[in-house]
Amino acid sequence: MGLAVLLALIVAPEDADQGISQRIFYIHVPIALTAYFCFGLGALKALLLLWRGDERYDLESYVAIHQGTIFGSLTLVTGALWAKASWGVWWTWDSNQLVLFLVLFLFYCAYFMLRFSLPEGARRARSSAVYALFGVVLIPVSFLAIRLAEDFIHPTVFTREGPQMSGSMFLTFVVSWSAVTLLAYVLYRVELTGKRIDRDLRELREVLS
Amino acid sequence: MSYVSDVTALASKDLKVELRARDTLPAMLLFVLSTLVVFRFALPSDTQDDAAYGLLWVAIVFTALLGLSRAWVPEQEHGVLDALVLAPCDRSAIWLGKTLATLLFLLAAQVVALPAFALFFAPLDATAIAGVLLADIGICVVGSLLAAMAAASRARELLLPLLVLPLSIPLVIGGVGAAVSADGERFLLFLALYDAVFAVLSWASFEYVVTE
Repeated sequence: MGLAVLLALIVAPEDADQGISQRIFYIHVPIALTAYFCFGLGALKALLLLWRGDERYDLESYVAIHQGTIFGSLTLVTGALWAKASWGVWWTWDSNQLVLFLVLFLFYCAYFMLRFSLPEGARRARSSAVYALFGVVLIPVSFLAIRLAEDFIHPTVFTREGPQMSGSMFLTFVVSWSAVTLLAYVLYRVELTGKRIDRDLRELREVLS
Repeated sequence: MSYVSDVTALASKDLKVELRARDTLPAMLLFVLSTLVVFRFALPSDTQDDAAYGLLWVAIVFTALLGLSRAWVPEQEHGVLDALVLAPCDRSAIWLGKTLATLLFLLAAQVVALPAFALFFAPLDATAIAGVLLADIGICVVGSLLAAMAAASRARELLLPLLVLPLSIPLVIGGVGAAVSADGERFLLFLALYDAVFAVLSWASFEYVVTE
């Protein structure tokens, strides 16, 4: 993580158009990709829950989506900062990615509302899993919708010809991405362990009382 | 064949309940008309037609939510849902029957709402009406499943709009696009894709939502 910050701030050459503000790219894009990855992981665990019926996947799916939502909010914040620096506004509806993240953010907030208002048990696990699956289908569908609806002004860095970056920029990007993914993984494990200890403690208390 | 007869039996049960009790449909009709009148005064008088199309979609989504929030109430009040789950029919038939019944209510509300909109605000062409129909299917398909989820929760009516609105954003984009864009067919195609994808997903996952 430290190496990523160092590379992003000092080593990578400045972008000719956007100057220093372009450096937020090395944080913003890895966070966004990690958020997608977490949502995908959550949906995968949800699918496993429905398929195999193992209750362990319920908590894993929930924790992955929780991490995804945290990284998703960070994406909104860093995206707003970048938009302010390079387009001069805090928010723009022309940026497909930001709008998509807002939709997903609303969707996954509703996921938590659903989860917390259902009584605990197998039915809650399965309802949450179904909703998480809807979310992962909603990502491409809303992306298509937003793409259809609006002008495309977001800078396209990855095209079919491969990434349009110089060598050291690409290196920095890869290092930042790995660092953020690692961070997400560590947070995921920590929260999962915490939640499991919490649950075991509760069961223990019930047995004792 | 028995799947089809199960579905029609369930849907016609909902229609009969509605015909006798008249709980939902009059409320939806009155709601959509009052919303349109409120919009007339919420818009500045020199507003262009395009803005009015957007408001039509707000009215449609909220009317659908009104219908959906009532969708599982009769089952809930009398414990019918547990009996239906135990009945020897495919559980997805319960979802399909409910979806068809809700769709019929929504279409009936729009038989009044769309002419009223054309009268008050702006004309609707065939593409716009096709957009409304496709989006109705989409919102009922997703909504009847989510309403079953919400009915089992503590928050019930409060939860349903929160669950449905993020999922209906693509439908609103498609519907408004079909009404205002010069190239409306692309948006119709998108709406059809949405309907197909979410119909399959809801059909396959309904069983998990209602069983204990």
